Amino acid sequence: MEALSLPAALSLVAGGGAGLSPERRAALGASLPLVQRDYRFERVWFWGCIQGVRGAYYIAEGLGPDRAAPRSRLYSLNCLDWSLLTPATKEMLALTEQVKGRFQGDPSFEYNLSEINAEAAARLIESGKEPVIKEETRLIATIEQIDRTVGIVPRGAFVKTPLGPVHENKQFEGLSLVEAKKLSSYFHFTEPVNLKNKTLLEKADLDPSIDFLDSLEHDIPRGSWSIQLEKGGTVVVLRSLLWLGLTFYHVPTTKQFGYVYFGTGEKNLDLPFML
Amino acid sequence: ERGHGPYQPHEPGYGLDQPGYSPYEDEIPDPQAQMLAIKNAKAYLLKTSTKSGLNLYDHFANILTKILDEQPTNAVDIIENISKDVKWAQFRKKMDTLRDEHLIPPTFEAAEKCKALFVKEGGEEEHEEVEEEMGQPSLPNVMETAFYFEQAGIGLNKDESYYIFLALKNLINVQPIQTCRFWGKILGLEMNYIIAEVQLREGEEEEEIEEEGEETIAEGEKELGEGEEEEEQKEKEAEPPKSTYKPPPEIPKEANGTGTNKYVYFVCNEPGKPWMKLPPVTPAQIVCARKIKKFFTGRLDAPVVTFPPFPGNEANYLRAQIARISAGTHVSPTGFYQFAEEEEEEEGADTYEENPEFEPPPVVEMVESLTMWAHHVKGILNQGRCAWINPSQKSEENEEEDEEEEEEEGEEQQEERGPPLLTVISEDEGMKDIPAWTAQASTNLIPQYSIAILQSNRWPGAYAFASGRKFENIYFGWGHKYSPESHTPALPPSAQAEFPSGPEITETVDPTVEEEMAFKVAQEEALAEAEEEEDEEGEDD
Repeated sequence: MEALSLPAALSLVAGGGAGLSPERRAALGASLPLVQRDYRFERVWFWGCIQGVRGAYYIAEGLGPDRAAPRSRLYSLNCLDWSLLTPATKEMLALTEQVKGRFQGDPSFEYNLSEINAEAAARLIESGKEPVIKEETRLIATIEQIDRTVGIVPRGAFVKTPLGPVHENKQFEGLSLVEAKKLSSYFHFTEPVNLKNKTLLEKADLDPSIDFLDSLEHDIPRGSWSIQLEKGGTVVVLRSLLWLGLTFYHVPTTKQFGYVYFGTGEKNLDLPFML
Repeated sequence: ERGHGPYQPHEPGYGLDQPGYSPYEDEIPDPQAQMLAIKNAKAYLLKTSTKSGLNLYDHFANILTKILDEQPTNAVDIIENISKDVKWAQFRKKMDTLRDEHLIPPTFEAAEKCKALFVKEGGEEEHEEVEEEMGQPSLPNVMETAFYFEQAGIGLNKDESYYIFLALKNLINVQPIQTCRFWGKILGLEMNYIIAEVQLREGEEEEEIEEEGEETIAEGEKELGEGEEEEEQKEKEAEPPKSTYKPPPEIPKEANGTGTNKYVYFVCNEPGKPWMKLPPVTPAQIVCARKIKKFFTGRLDAPVVTFPPFPGNEANYLRAQIARISAGTHVSPTGFYQFAEEEEEEEGADTYEENPEFEPPPVVEMVESLTMWAHHVKGILNQGRCAWINPSQKSEENEEEDEEEEEEEGEEQQEERGPPLLTVISEDEGMKDIPAWTAQASTNLIPQYSIAILQSNRWPGAYAFASGRKFENIYFGWGHKYSPESHTPALPPSAQAEFPSGPEITETVDPTVEEEMAFKVAQEEALAEAEEEEDEEGEDD
C-alpha cells in the first residue's frame, strides 16, 4: 500500500485482525519518507510484515518511474532502519522452495541445507560454497514469490504507454460496485504469463493499454481468492488463500486500493484440501 | 527481446497492431490489419455516449471546425475550454421521459443495520426489575481490550470494535446471560464470524437440557416401535446373514456447563446481524475436526464434506474449532486463578476462582519466562472430552449381550489423563524447533507502559495480553491449527476381509450334457430302487 495513505489503508485492512501498533505506525510515518529521499524512489509502498518466531520483518518496496520494473525491496526489524535486499534470482527461488517452516526472525540465521535436501547441498559444496541457506535469502525469495503470485491491482489502475513503461492511470476513478465483485477486474502486478492464451471473444473487449497483465480469473486452484464486501459494500477486500495473510482492499468508485501482507511467510500447501 | 506494447517506433510506418508485435498474436495479413485497425479506431470514435448522445468523432470535428473558423491565439492552451464551449452549444434536453430507477446499493442497508445498533434501550422499568432479580450481567469493555491489543498491532479497526461492543450489548439484553466476552473473529470465504463467549444464567440451561431429553425419549420410543415391526417382518422372510459389526459406543457429550461445553457461543456474520447460538459440541465432532482442515464459508448451515465424514454442518465444525482453540490457547497470568478448595487439588478439578491475593509480576518477567502464564481451560483429551469417560459404563439401555461385549472392550481402553487445569504454558510442547508460544513486550522504547503479549504458534491468530491485573485472550484468524508438515487426509479404511472361501461357496464348473444325462439316469435308478424297497416294506407290513 502507498506509504502516504498508510493510516487509512491500515484501518481498511484490519478486518483480518492483523495490523500495526501505534509505535510502528508512527515509526513508518517517519522513516518511509526518508527512505524515499535516500534511495530516490518515486513511490514507496509498505509491503507488509512477515512474522518470525522470535521477531518480525517489516518490508517496504520502492518504485521508480516505470512502475512495472522490478521493485527494490527493503527490510527492517524495527520500522526505523531499512536495509536494501538484493534482487531475487532463479537459484534463490529454487533453493528456498525446499525450506519449510516458520521464519526465525533473525536475518543471519542459517538453514542447514544438508538436512533438507542432500543433493542441493552436494551441488553447493562442489561449487565451493557452504551448504546453508541464509534467512535473508529465504526472505528475498518469499517476498518475490508472494508478489509474483498474489500481488494484485485493480483493472485500469495502471496504463501502459506505447514506449513501454507503465504509469498510474490518472483517469482511473475506481471500479464500479458490480465490477468490484468480479475476479476478472483484478490483475497480477507482475510479468504476464497468460496474455496470449485467450479466446477471440475475450480479446475483443480488451484494451492493450490497460489489459497488459494477467487477470485473477484463471488462477489455479479455482477459489483461491476470497472476495468480501465489508461495511455493506463500501470496501471490497480480497484475501488470498494460497498465501494466508495477503489482503487487498479497494474502495469502489474511488482511487483507493492497495495490498499488504501480514503473515508467517509460508505458502498454504493444504489449500486443495481446504476448499 | 521484443519490445513492449503495440507500437514499435523503430519499425517503418509504425501503426497499430502489426502482426508479430502485438501482445495478442492474431495471424492476419499485413495491409488488412492496418485497415482493420483504422476501422476499429474510427468505430470506437463514432460510439455514441449513453449520457449525452454525442460521439467523440463528431465532437472533434466540431472543435477543429470552430478553431479553424475563429483562429484563437495559443489554441493549444485553451483547448479544454474550447471543447467545453462546443459541448455547451450542443446541449439538448434529455428526450427520454422515463426516469432511471433509483438504485439502492446494498451499502445503505448495512448502514441502516449499524444505525439500529445505536438505538438506546427504551423502557426503564424493565431495567429496574432485572437488576433486582439477578446481578447485572457484565458487558465486557471491548474498547479497552481493543486498546491493549492495538499496542501489539492486533485487532480490528475502531469502528468495527465499537459496532461489536454495541452488538454484544444487544445480545445481553435479549438473552439471559450471566457473563459475556468477545472471543474473537474467524474469517471465512464468503463471510466472517464474530464470536461471543457467554455463560447463561443457571435456570436457562436446565430448560434446554429438559427439552433435549424429551426429544430423545420420544425418538427412542419411535425407534422401539419400528424395531418391533421390523423383527416381525424379518421372521417371515429369509434373513441374509447378519453383520457382526458393532459400531464403537458413542461417547456422550459433556453436560452443559462443564468441560468443552462450559461456555455457550453466539456468532453473527457482522455486527448488526442477529446472533445465532451454536449447538453444544460432542466428542465425535472434536475427534473428526482434528483430522480435517477446511475453510469456513460463512454460512452456518453449509455442509462440511470431508473424509472422515464430519458429523454435522458448518455450525458444528465451527463450534468444534472454537472448543479446540479455547482449550489450547486461553491463558492467564499464573496465580490469577486458583482452585476453589485448596485441599482438593485433583486432576478432576474443573472450577477455579480468582485469587484475591494475586500480585501481578512485572512485564519484563511475564515476557521472559513462560512459567508466568497458565492455561485456565482444561485441555481436550484424545477422546474428545475434557474428563475421560469409560464408554462401557453408560450402557443402561442396551441389551445384555451388548453389555458383555462392551465390558471386554472397555477393559482394553486405558483411562486418559491430560495435564491438570492451571498448568503453566512453558510445558506446552513445541513443534520441531518452534516453541509453542512467542512472548514479546509491546514496546521497548517506553518500558514503564509496555504490556506483555503472547502469540500462539500452534494456533496462529491466538493472542493474549497482560498488563497489571488486566489480561485477555482473543483470536483473529482462519480457525486452523498450524502444522509444520502438510495436512495429510485420512486414508480410507482397508477393504473388509471377504467371507472365508470354503467348499460351500466355491464355484464349480457347470456339468456338461453327458454328466447331466448320467446323473439323471442314476437318479432314476435310485428312485426305482427306493420304490422297490418301499414295496418290499409295504409287503412286510
